[in-house]
Amino acid sequence: MDAKVTRVDGRGCVLRGDDIDTDRIIPARYLRCVTFDGLGEHAFEDDRKQAKGNHPLDDDRFAGARILIVGRNFGCGSSREHAPQSLLRWGFGAFVGESFAEIFFGNCVALGLPAVTLPNAELDRLMDAVELDPAQELVLDLAAGTLTSRVGVQKIAMPDGARRQLLEGNWDATAVLLEARDAIQATAARLPYVGGF
Amino acid sequence: MAGRKTLLDKVWDAHSVRELPSGQTQLFIGLHLIHEVTSPQAFAALRAAKLRVPYPQRTFATVDHIIPTDSQARPLGDALAEEMFQHLERNCAEHGITFFGPESGHQGIVHVIGPELGLTQPGMTIACGDSHTSTHGAFGAVAFGIGTSQVRDVLATQCLAMARPKVRRIEVNGKLGAGVYAKDVTLHIIRKLGVKGGIGFAYEYAGAVLDAMTLEERMTVCNMSIEGGARCGYVNPDETTFAYLRGRSFVPSGDAWDRALAWWRGMASDASASYADRVEYEGASIAPTVTWGINPGQALGVDERIPHPASVADDERASLAEAIDFMEWKPGDPVAGTKIDVAFIGSCTNGRISDLREAARVARTGKVAAGVRTYVVPGSQEVQRQAEAEGLPEIFRAAGFDWREPGCSMCLAMNPDKLRGNELCASSSNRNFKGRQGSPTGRTLLMSPAMVAAAAIKGRVVDVREVL
Repeated sequence: MDAKVTRVDGRGCVLRGDDIDTDRIIPARYLRCVTFDGLGEHAFEDDRKQAKGNHPLDDDRFAGARILIVGRNFGCGSSREHAPQSLLRWGFGAFVGESFAEIFFGNCVALGLPAVTLPNAELDRLMDAVELDPAQELVLDLAAGTLTSRVGVQKIAMPDGARRQLLEGNWDATAVLLEARDAIQATAARLPYVGGF
Repeated sequence: MAGRKTLLDKVWDAHSVRELPSGQTQLFIGLHLIHEVTSPQAFAALRAAKLRVPYPQRTFATVDHIIPTDSQARPLGDALAEEMFQHLERNCAEHGITFFGPESGHQGIVHVIGPELGLTQPGMTIACGDSHTSTHGAFGAVAFGIGTSQVRDVLATQCLAMARPKVRRIEVNGKLGAGVYAKDVTLHIIRKLGVKGGIGFAYEYAGAVLDAMTLEERMTVCNMSIEGGARCGYVNPDETTFAYLRGRSFVPSGDAWDRALAWWRGMASDASASYADRVEYEGASIAPTVTWGINPGQALGVDERIPHPASVADDERASLAEAIDFMEWKPGDPVAGTKIDVAFIGSCTNGRISDLREAARVARTGKVAAGVRTYVVPGSQEVQRQAEAEGLPEIFRAAGFDWREPGCSMCLAMNPDKLRGNELCASSSNRNFKGRQGSPTGRTLLMSPAMVAAAAIKGRVVDVREVL
């Protein structure tokens, strides 16, 4: 399988609200597990229950959406990778928001999931447009740095390092880090505490 | 530039293996801490890729999130929790990783045991699959919370691919008033800078208030850096740091101590270091602080009232309304006087011996109010032993508090300690997110351990200064 992530196409799902934390994305009781299998169905479980069928993830118009459109500081709080793992298993392949919490963002990159940002006003336009016409196809073109929808072509942002990791297909960092075996050893040897001072 | 570096810069440069093609740094991780929740999938990935752990002596494990606090006896009552426990034991045994389980006498919350064992030291890079890893920054370490894929990376390579953060210096000057604690300082900072104000930054905490703090207090401040959006936070190492470290199990002694001391001193930020940003607060202006909402930035001085949605900026109004609704307030309600159902004292933020001493000082003044359920959970077995040696459990029990076994407990309610229904909990933990304490509709008010103890006794939120 080609690990390069250059574009994600599909319909959008609009999830409004700022500071949505990872406890809400996947409640802690579902962290009692030794694999990530089966987490998809529990995404936003408590929020969905409290919304009594009115949560965007339960909205038929957004069924099968590939791109989750969120607000500011999405994924804050706990470092649990279970959060993006559950959203991945729900069916999302990318996130568009105003900003992302850093650990959540790093976890997304490690799973090959782009999390890209739009300025507030642009995000509002996108959210309004997708809510008005959820059937429209969105194209997130990471190489071009654009998101195309009925709104038109919007310029997305993503830290360059992470973007390159996705584009070049080396977002699974282990292999890249292992390439530097000798340099790792040299660094360890240089650090006085590694040898007990 | 010589003489102008921050501790972050020095630690970063010392641990840099190479610059990656992505522009990130391949960073050597000096100390890796693992626990039962975020490591099983990482070990499974390692096994699938037929990789070994090249530096098993640089990883240490404990069990904290899922462990019950009524009894640590095996097998655990929750079969899923027991399975996670067994996975951790097996993974550690297979890879030669030291495991501080309940029988070791050193089990506890990962961010409590690292420091108390002397594993956490100045100038190190530290990683753990837990966002509160920022706690270890109290020693002048650069400590990151990471996800499970990154736990795999560290196990397999002892490295992480990371972007270098900017540094914001946060000075808290002057002196704190009586009854104002490190918890109030960190809640105040988050209230002022916001829950996303720290994105892209490491926080360097400084100023007379931080200088005067014990290591345990500094840990409380650094612990909640992540709640302000900063991935890590630190305090420069000083004589207080070195005095705390001396004699601990994993800290060097003899000549090696002297060499360590010289290296540690050299890692502190230079006096003329340049910072991407600086903010200053006055210690005397910080009141006992309580969160009222659904993120840790939604905080008030205990004598303040719930804000009116009309009083905040347009882009904050929806969040404010959501928080007021979930927490069942009316705008203008006072926080003080609010009836509580549950009191939780513990967590990696406030589960250390000094926290328990302060709570016990308050517990001596009365009895737990009728109808309030309490949990006093030491952060580790060592904290538990020290508390027992000082007679703290007797003080708590005499006042009607429930003294329990060490673990994360009701901070995130992965064990049986949970809120029920829409109970309101006065909590010394770090997160007031919706559903955080185990009931989807449960409500949390974060505050200092002394404030929690005072709330338990009065049955309502009170200003601890009126009790002490």
